[in-house]
Amino acid sequence: MRHIISLLVENESGALSRIAGLFSARGYNIESLTVATTEDPTLSRMTIVTLGSDKIIEQITKQLNKLIDVVKLQDMTDKDHIEREMMFVKVRAEGESRRSEIQRVSDIFRARIIDVTDTTYCIELTGSSRKLDAYIKTLHEGDVIEVVRSGSMGITRGEKSLSL
Amino acid sequence: MELSGSEIIVQFLKDEGVEYVFGYPGGAVLHIYDAIHQQDDVKHILVRHEQGATHAADGYARATGKPGVVLVTSGPGATNAITGIATAYMDSAPMIVLSGQVPSGMIGSDAFQEVDAIGCTRPCVKHNFLVKDINDLAITLKKAFYVATSGRPGPVLVDIPKDITAPQIKIPYQYPESINMRSYNPTVKGHPRQIKKAVELLLSAKRPMMYSGGGVILGDAAQELRTLTRQLGFPITQTLMGLGAYPAPDPQNVGMLGMHGTYEANMAMHECDVLFAIGARFDDRITGDTSKFCPHAKIIHIDIDPASISKNINVDIPIVGEVKKVLSDMAQIITDSHQKPDQEALAKWWGKIKNWQAQDCLAYDRDSQHIKPQSVIETLYEVTHGDAFVTSDVGQHQMFAAQFYPFNEPRRWINSGGLGTMGFGLPSAMGVKLAFPDADVACVTGEGSIQMCIQELSTCLQYDLPVKIVNLNNRYLGMVRQWQEFFYEKRYSHSYMDALPDFVKLTESYGHVGIRVENPADLKSAMEEAFAMKDRLVFLDVITDQTENVYPMIQAGAAHNQMEISPDHQKRQNSINPEGELA
Repeated sequence: MRHIISLLVENESGALSRIAGLFSARGYNIESLTVATTEDPTLSRMTIVTLGSDKIIEQITKQLNKLIDVVKLQDMTDKDHIEREMMFVKVRAEGESRRSEIQRVSDIFRARIIDVTDTTYCIELTGSSRKLDAYIKTLHEGDVIEVVRSGSMGITRGEKSLSL
Repeated sequence: MELSGSEIIVQFLKDEGVEYVFGYPGGAVLHIYDAIHQQDDVKHILVRHEQGATHAADGYARATGKPGVVLVTSGPGATNAITGIATAYMDSAPMIVLSGQVPSGMIGSDAFQEVDAIGCTRPCVKHNFLVKDINDLAITLKKAFYVATSGRPGPVLVDIPKDITAPQIKIPYQYPESINMRSYNPTVKGHPRQIKKAVELLLSAKRPMMYSGGGVILGDAAQELRTLTRQLGFPITQTLMGLGAYPAPDPQNVGMLGMHGTYEANMAMHECDVLFAIGARFDDRITGDTSKFCPHAKIIHIDIDPASISKNINVDIPIVGEVKKVLSDMAQIITDSHQKPDQEALAKWWGKIKNWQAQDCLAYDRDSQHIKPQSVIETLYEVTHGDAFVTSDVGQHQMFAAQFYPFNEPRRWINSGGLGTMGFGLPSAMGVKLAFPDADVACVTGEGSIQMCIQELSTCLQYDLPVKIVNLNNRYLGMVRQWQEFFYEKRYSHSYMDALPDFVKLTESYGHVGIRVENPADLKSAMEEAFAMKDRLVFLDVITDQTENVYPMIQAGAAHNQMEISPDHQKRQNSINPEGELA
């Protein structure tokens, strides 16, 4: 099953490689991983999306907690939470009908065109990973020049938070 | 007090109570070695290879419970240490490795003797640190000792660039008495409700089994284990890493379990209805086929490391906490409850175990014209009155030592169980001998393993470390040969040790005493002669039976009730009925 796990880690060089190394050494999957410093510069916040049986996920959370650099961890999967991913797509956009079709679809997905040339559009889209997948499917395969995805990040709803 | 980085390191080690540092100098640590040269409090032991330094520190740590300290230079110094670091990691031995690094400004430039020590060791340390600022040096060292020795212990590496230790730069130093790390708070106290549930399950058991591991020794909980086991009257089996926590000659002890464990221990594991795992981690050499592991049992598991719980085997009542505290809490609860386990069921269970014991699974041919390896260990036991520290290398001799030297006390049996590191025996014996200079220290080894760190014979001479080396010389990599005999139709690919040195002459050339034993009749007198030479290192080269195998044996991936007891019972595996009884 797909799990989304958020971590607060010491903002130390090497913390990221300890976490990435743990996944590769123990044969766990990483579907996506995002990381950036928080409002407290000594802490980084990381979101990992991973796949595994309950037993594997239990081991993943235990092994992550065991890392000295991991300060706090939360598996958000079963908690009420918001999840978003951001994507840039550079797409070939030539001819009036093709250009307006891409605009129309982008409007439907609430995507924004953020760069325009004679032959291309660059589109920005935020949403769940599935929504991003769905958007890409609307484009002709040969037209997609480049895709950049941030990986998912998540936050729980309501008062509760992942903080010290 | 203004000190340079090098002086801070040495002063810190002194303040931390470190007696010995095992190391090898080189360019990146020259400043540190200069500081070591100018004091006598922290004694440096110059090994002959960095692997030896780590194993010696490891042996010291396992025998004393105090962390072992290693000092190596950058590049090859650090990479040579990795085998020993991984060995300590797998067996949770507390160790601090200080590695020199090229100067900060040169890191990443592929400088001479530069290696990313942090990256190289990351998968086999509990944690590691790169010191980037001299002002962080003392606190980082304190963190390293704290992490290495608390919770589930393990090795911690501190990588120190050369400029941090330069004599010109001095800063005020104060020993950091305590440390607080927001990201590291090992659980120590077991959950009271879980403990109560566990006691209830234990008291209701009809066919209980206690299974204790290295955690009992690391957690200094042997006394608590003995008290509770005797209070309950249950049978107890110990893992390779746990031997000695419960006295082996005690009637409640049914011997080691697992791949080369006793018939009675493994059968009792298979048949038990409640399994009580204490500081053990359900290693594959213990469990065999996990789908057939303890098929009838509810399982209780105490471990300081939450990640060890339900990793390989699902447990019913997990208790995360220090074994010592949890066991004493349990004993107290049982005393207060005035309850006893079901005595009738227990008597019946013991009856069954006695029947298994009657198989005499460790029997071997005592009338052979060849020296049997088992008899060497038995003689060692006799001559040392069961009171020696025994270190071992890895292979058949390791299993024979575990089977035939009944350990009475914890921290006496020192071997590489998790990683299975050949070369561990001699250097670890040096660490033990330094810690206990008046004790008998024997290294049980084989002609394959001993050659992996033979150079440390030189260190033994320099520091006057009269350990006794018992070399079970069968001219084969015995365990490899055994597997090739069983599973590769006797195709002995590269397991014969050709062109062996004359170990007696070799030992003599290192300034020690060598004795070769070829005749069973000479064994005991040679062993007595060796141990009578209190101040000499003696290398006993014992020429043993080439064909002997380690029994009983559960093949990798088989179940506990699928054991081969001896060559006479090769087919026995097929003659065990579904109830696990011998037909």
